[in-house]
Amino acid sequence: MLNDITLGQFYPTNSIIHRLDPRMKIVLTVLLVVFLFVADNLYGFILMAALCVLAVIVSTIPVGYILRSFKPLLFIIFITCMLNVFLTDGRILWQYSFLKITYEGVYLAVFMVIRLFLLITVTNLLTLTTSPILLTDGLERLMSPLKKIKVPSHEIAMMMTIALRFIPTLLEETDKIIKAQSARGASFTSGNIFARAKAMIPILIPLFISAFRRADELALAMECRCYSGGENRTRMRRLKIQARDIVALLISVVFGVAVLVTNTLF
Amino acid sequence: MKIEIKNLTHIYKQGTPFEKKALDDINLTVNDGEFVGLIGHTGSGKSTLIQHLNGLLKPSSGEVFIGEENIFSKGVDLKEVRHKVGLVFQYPEYQLFEETVYKDIAFGLKNYKVPENEIEEKIKTAARLVGLDEELLQSSPFDLSGGQKRRAALAGVVAMEPEILILDEPAAGLDPFGRELIFREIQNLHREKKLTVILVSHSMEDIARFADRIVVMHEGKVLMDGVPAEVFAKDEELNNAGLDIPQVTRILNSIRKMGYDIRDDIFTVEEAARELIKLTGEKNA
Repeated sequence: MLNDITLGQFYPTNSIIHRLDPRMKIVLTVLLVVFLFVADNLYGFILMAALCVLAVIVSTIPVGYILRSFKPLLFIIFITCMLNVFLTDGRILWQYSFLKITYEGVYLAVFMVIRLFLLITVTNLLTLTTSPILLTDGLERLMSPLKKIKVPSHEIAMMMTIALRFIPTLLEETDKIIKAQSARGASFTSGNIFARAKAMIPILIPLFISAFRRADELALAMECRCYSGGENRTRMRRLKIQARDIVALLISVVFGVAVLVTNTLF
Repeated sequence: MKIEIKNLTHIYKQGTPFEKKALDDINLTVNDGEFVGLIGHTGSGKSTLIQHLNGLLKPSSGEVFIGEENIFSKGVDLKEVRHKVGLVFQYPEYQLFEETVYKDIAFGLKNYKVPENEIEEKIKTAARLVGLDEELLQSSPFDLSGGQKRRAALAGVVAMEPEILILDEPAAGLDPFGRELIFREIQNLHREKKLTVILVSHSMEDIARFADRIVVMHEGKVLMDGVPAEVFAKDEELNNAGLDIPQVTRILNSIRKMGYDIRDDIFTVEEAARELIKLTGEKNA
């Protein structure tokens, strides 16, 4: 029922992208997102799309898996597209009373849609190819300079790890509770919007209770293991930048520069 | 009420890299009023199977008949099917949500539009059947002990007066005394209300004592199907499926193999002791 949410779920294969240093992957993701916003013409987007396709192929993650992650966001993309189409001023293509479509609007909307799809692909690729532990490890290391100004980077990273770790668990739990209540004759698809909202109560209350129970148990387990935050912690896995990380960075930078070039040319 | 499962196959996440065949061409008939124990190792498909019996899962192929009705044919109201087939999940206490136990038990009844004046009577009967003190009905379900919560959740299904009762590991996580009580209460329900019961468990000890018939599942298939004595005679096959026969039965089986004449349908320590005393008594005489 809820199985088709892939957002933020690790897909383990042993591709070279999976093996990249998580810090590098985070930096590259940010870099690619920036390039996506810098690109302002068709050629720039073709370059970025090519880079994304290349990354997906190298990652050996099934395309269907990535396509499915678009689904929950289609509505937002659609709204953005419509807003751009109808609310941009410029040369008029079509007009009916207060509604108008402009040439610039269509242009912007198309780019915005491409941009959003690539954005989702890039960010999904990060979470699909990096295990949550590595991801937060990388984040923590990237944030560690901020410790100087008293930013609790270790604690932030730990909270994120825990949050990510519990997404699948809570989804599974929700599925179970829905089934259990359905078995008692609850129905979630009939009635008006108020009836449906009310029908959510038998799901939400047990879900919250179990989330709190899990949080409580986890906190206790951590205390039993004398967890005391980031101070003086050593790690089993030390992150080290490898040749492949440099290559990945170079490839991305080359594409980025190419995008900038297309910006000035076209 | 009779259950008939025909060529049932279920594949999880069909068409994805995580595709998994959980049920593989299952054929099974459970007769009216039977008490069937369904055993299998973790991942053998038993939970998947029972979720087909009230339409929570749809089969990839195959049919399920409850009574005379094919529940997956067009136009069948699954909500009505769920009224007839009560399903109690593992750790059912996690589904409690109301302010009082009374209201929680009433949840199912209200979903089925049971008239107000009958609700109280049904709740009290259900509470009595599962061994829940009537005083507890007005307390919050979250103030109860583990065993009491379990009973309250069980009452929530029993109150709907299903004709078939399916329980997934009803005693999981309870202490030995609590286990004993829950099983006795289920047995009572079976006897008093003439319910058809399917009890899912991976504990041979528990199932052997209460079920008239045992169905063993292994890797999505029915591996064995018969009365307890028949099933437990095949201890090697059971071992291969990752299951064990009750310890007493195993001991008695090996004594029998040594050439002594012992009954093959003994699953409790008390009975075994009696049988052994009889055996030594005969020898002494």
